[in-house]
Amino acid sequence: MAVEAVRVDPAAGIAPGSALEFETVIGLEVHAQLLTRSKMYCGCLADYADAPPNTATCPVCLGLPGALPVANRAAIELALLTGLSLGCRIPGYNKLDRKNYVYPDLPKGYQISQYDLPLCAGGALTFVSGGVTRTAGITRVHVEEDTGRLVHRSEVGGEVSLVDLNRSGVPLMEIVGDPDLRSPEEAKDYLIALRQILRYIGASTGNMEEGAFRCDANISTRTRDGVLVGSKVEVKNMNSFRAVERALRFEETRQRAALSAGEAVPQETRGWVEDRGVTVSQRTKEQAHDYRYFPEPDLPPLDADAAMVATVRARLPELPLARRARFAAAFGLGEGDAALLTAEREIADTFEAAIGPEATPGEARAAANWILNDLMGLQGQRGLPPHVLPLSADQLRDLLSALAGGEMTARAAKELLPQVEPEELPRAAAARLNLLSLDDTGVVDAAVAETLAAFPAAVADYRAGKKAAIGRLIGETMKRTGGRARPDDVRRRLQAALDADG
Amino acid sequence: MSGQDGARTGAGRATTASDLTALTAAEARRHLDARDVSAAELTEAHLARIDAVEGRVHSYITVMAEVARAQATAGDARIARGEAAPMTGVPVALKDNLCTVDAPTTAASRILAGYRSPYDATVVSRLRDQGAVFLGKANTDEFAMGSSTEWSAFGATRNPWRLSHVPGGSSGGPAAAVAADEAVVALGSDTGGSVRQPAGFCGVVGLKPTYGRVSRYGLIAFASSLDQIGPFARTVEDAAILLGAVAGHDPLDSTSAPEAVPDFAAMVGPGAGEPDLRGVRLGVAREYTIEGMEPGVQAAVDAAIARLAELGAELVEVSLPHTEYALATYYITAPAEASANLARYDGVRFGLSVQAPTLRETYERTRGEGFGPEVKRRIMLGTYALSSGYYDAYYVKAQKVRTLVRRDFDEAFERVDAIVCPTSPTVAFAFGARTDDPYQMYLSDVFTIPANMAGIPGIAVPCGFADGLPVSLQVLGPAFDEGIVLRVADAYERSETWTGQRPPL
Repeated sequence: MAVEAVRVDPAAGIAPGSALEFETVIGLEVHAQLLTRSKMYCGCLADYADAPPNTATCPVCLGLPGALPVANRAAIELALLTGLSLGCRIPGYNKLDRKNYVYPDLPKGYQISQYDLPLCAGGALTFVSGGVTRTAGITRVHVEEDTGRLVHRSEVGGEVSLVDLNRSGVPLMEIVGDPDLRSPEEAKDYLIALRQILRYIGASTGNMEEGAFRCDANISTRTRDGVLVGSKVEVKNMNSFRAVERALRFEETRQRAALSAGEAVPQETRGWVEDRGVTVSQRTKEQAHDYRYFPEPDLPPLDADAAMVATVRARLPELPLARRARFAAAFGLGEGDAALLTAEREIADTFEAAIGPEATPGEARAAANWILNDLMGLQGQRGLPPHVLPLSADQLRDLLSALAGGEMTARAAKELLPQVEPEELPRAAAARLNLLSLDDTGVVDAAVAETLAAFPAAVADYRAGKKAAIGRLIGETMKRTGGRARPDDVRRRLQAALDADG
Repeated sequence: MSGQDGARTGAGRATTASDLTALTAAEARRHLDARDVSAAELTEAHLARIDAVEGRVHSYITVMAEVARAQATAGDARIARGEAAPMTGVPVALKDNLCTVDAPTTAASRILAGYRSPYDATVVSRLRDQGAVFLGKANTDEFAMGSSTEWSAFGATRNPWRLSHVPGGSSGGPAAAVAADEAVVALGSDTGGSVRQPAGFCGVVGLKPTYGRVSRYGLIAFASSLDQIGPFARTVEDAAILLGAVAGHDPLDSTSAPEAVPDFAAMVGPGAGEPDLRGVRLGVAREYTIEGMEPGVQAAVDAAIARLAELGAELVEVSLPHTEYALATYYITAPAEASANLARYDGVRFGLSVQAPTLRETYERTRGEGFGPEVKRRIMLGTYALSSGYYDAYYVKAQKVRTLVRRDFDEAFERVDAIVCPTSPTVAFAFGARTDDPYQMYLSDVFTIPANMAGIPGIAVPCGFADGLPVSLQVLGPAFDEGIVLRVADAYERSETWTGQRPPL
């Protein structure tokens, strides 16, 4: 055991199981795939999804003899944009380095990364966790390249490992966070907020399942009095937000138990085993790699001068937290609704485009309700991704104006929504489906008469002064028009009939 | 074009095969354009010469006879259309660390035996575009690591002037091919002197351009911050012609410079007028005399410098105080970069692959059997220099010294236009004389390494003989001023009468 890893004061005489006040310290390292057309150091397509193994490759990303890297400017700009969105400094001088290690998925035998002089340094991420706004430091943002993939397969004659280098050289950025997080839940909320920013600025899809957003965590435990201090443990193999939270919860518990029992928590790398719900040791401190970093001689220092930074800064959109606060203030939306509406940039954009710049708070709230209730419900039913609504901004605008003008009832609209074709305007769909409001007074009057005849008790109640009874009669009349009559029109006609005959 | 044009330019009609293989690129151009010699004839003459002398010299790892014949035919057609470029139809040897699609590229290593590159190096495609004729892939020390070509996995090259002696290295094959009339010109690579030193040993001209002047794309990397491709030729003018054909920015090499490429060929040769160095200040560095310098070399170099003064150059003593540290720091920096550059030879995707039960053993056996002793030595040196705990003491310190070496030259070039010194402290040595003593082998590059560390251009030009073997004068110039080193070397070359002397093969 690494004795130096834990400082135990013998005089403190800690009894196993005694109540200790622990603190958890977590820092996250996120690797995000940058949304560029081509790879980091060559012209191959970064989106190799449909390519057969080893076909989205060239001499550069295959690491063939003589091939040389050329840095992808678009990737550098996206990493810069990320740094700026996190309030990082952009040092005048930064460089690329070779990180040396040997594995079959790394064709050159080194990864071109950044070691001591990253592209962006010293920012912060503000996020909401447990209803509280928190800020965690960002140590750095740097660019690097992805590795290929190994595919292990059973074949006649035994197990084989195959190498697919389509992913080799795909642009990544690493976002290293300061050890400012204090619980697994905070870690999860930090990740969600970070991913949201990356999606807002178009730097990454943030898709965890596809590996476009990966997280390693460093977690350590100490007692608040500083008497017990465990070493930093790196946790890998977490493939979802939930996995991050679960793995860190497991580690937190494991480390506290170890310290409570007077044991050391050694410095090591552990892997999360999803199906067993545990972390297992992968590599101890003594087995740690010596990456032998040195400056990449094939590439000059990255170009990130003031002019380039200014150009990139001009691309910075309104970020999620700011937009959420603006939505809440400008449209009188609740915090929860504002958060939901701004969770995905595309949805917030659709909302704003649909209501237009002159919208009243009432109109905005109505639009928000349609999105949050009906459209998101339909989104879920159709299995659409969280950023894709079933209606475009144009379609939503058409629907809202039809509702406001009384051309369609809310009830008709709810029936209509699942049947609107792509790019079809809701008014046109309603006409097609015969769901526009009834303007034929004869039909409405007939429905009123039918209702009055069918519910004499309600009629009597109303006339006896129980004016609330009209609600039942309105509902029944609406039903008889298939929901297409305008409710205020029905109310007016019912009142006229009831008052006249009374 | 008619035969009379050729006669008018003074080329005369070359008739015999030996006449043809003795032609320079400039002369060949005049004959080809005059249509009194065809590219096919020129190529056949060189292939015949290769047949005749390869058994003794072994300049080539691969002779590309069929490729050369097809290129010669295409070159003749192009000349007939009046569309000849400077290198159209001119037979060239390529060092075997330059990637070619139509012949194996081995870097003289077992680990790349038979390896076929799917792409051409930029210099190769530029020559191909000009219609040059590729005679073959010339020998080298394995991965260009060595100073004698004895570390080739496919047998050493012999010095055409004395077959018991080494041709120098690492570009011993290209140097010997040009010296033995097995090619008109050749391309090599120079990381610490690998063009200039073998050029000196073989009595031909060798130029290392400014770092960044010539694209490294497709050059199998040894030490990326030092490697530079350069020409071999029998005249300075030819070196200028070949440099002009391959130089210039390449978007595939981020370290290639955007600087415009001057018309080097116009600065040299008979067309540039009588040799005249009036107004040129030449630095003579006091540090470029070391213990172990052969007296015959010193005498020939001193005589050459005196000749430069006769041509009008003003000699100025300069000091390059960090020269003595350049060799030691080179042997940190170059192996450090090499240790990473050679990591890709793992038996997974190409080249030799020795299968073993585990991945680790596959790596160990592939690299153990694939690499020769000098390559292994340098990988170990470099890995050590980059290791945690040693990095600052070795790699970082070497980078600092490198800056000082560069500053020495910057300061010197404020006072002089170029610096003259020996190319090597000795003439060619006998086989086996230094293979058991790596440090003695490394010393062979003591005068050439500083130019690589500083990234500046340097040329080696023959300046006489010592003990019957060629001696070479080196001219160093400021970055991107290949023009001055070519001019000084050209003036010297054309002022001497013995320079046409051929090895007694």
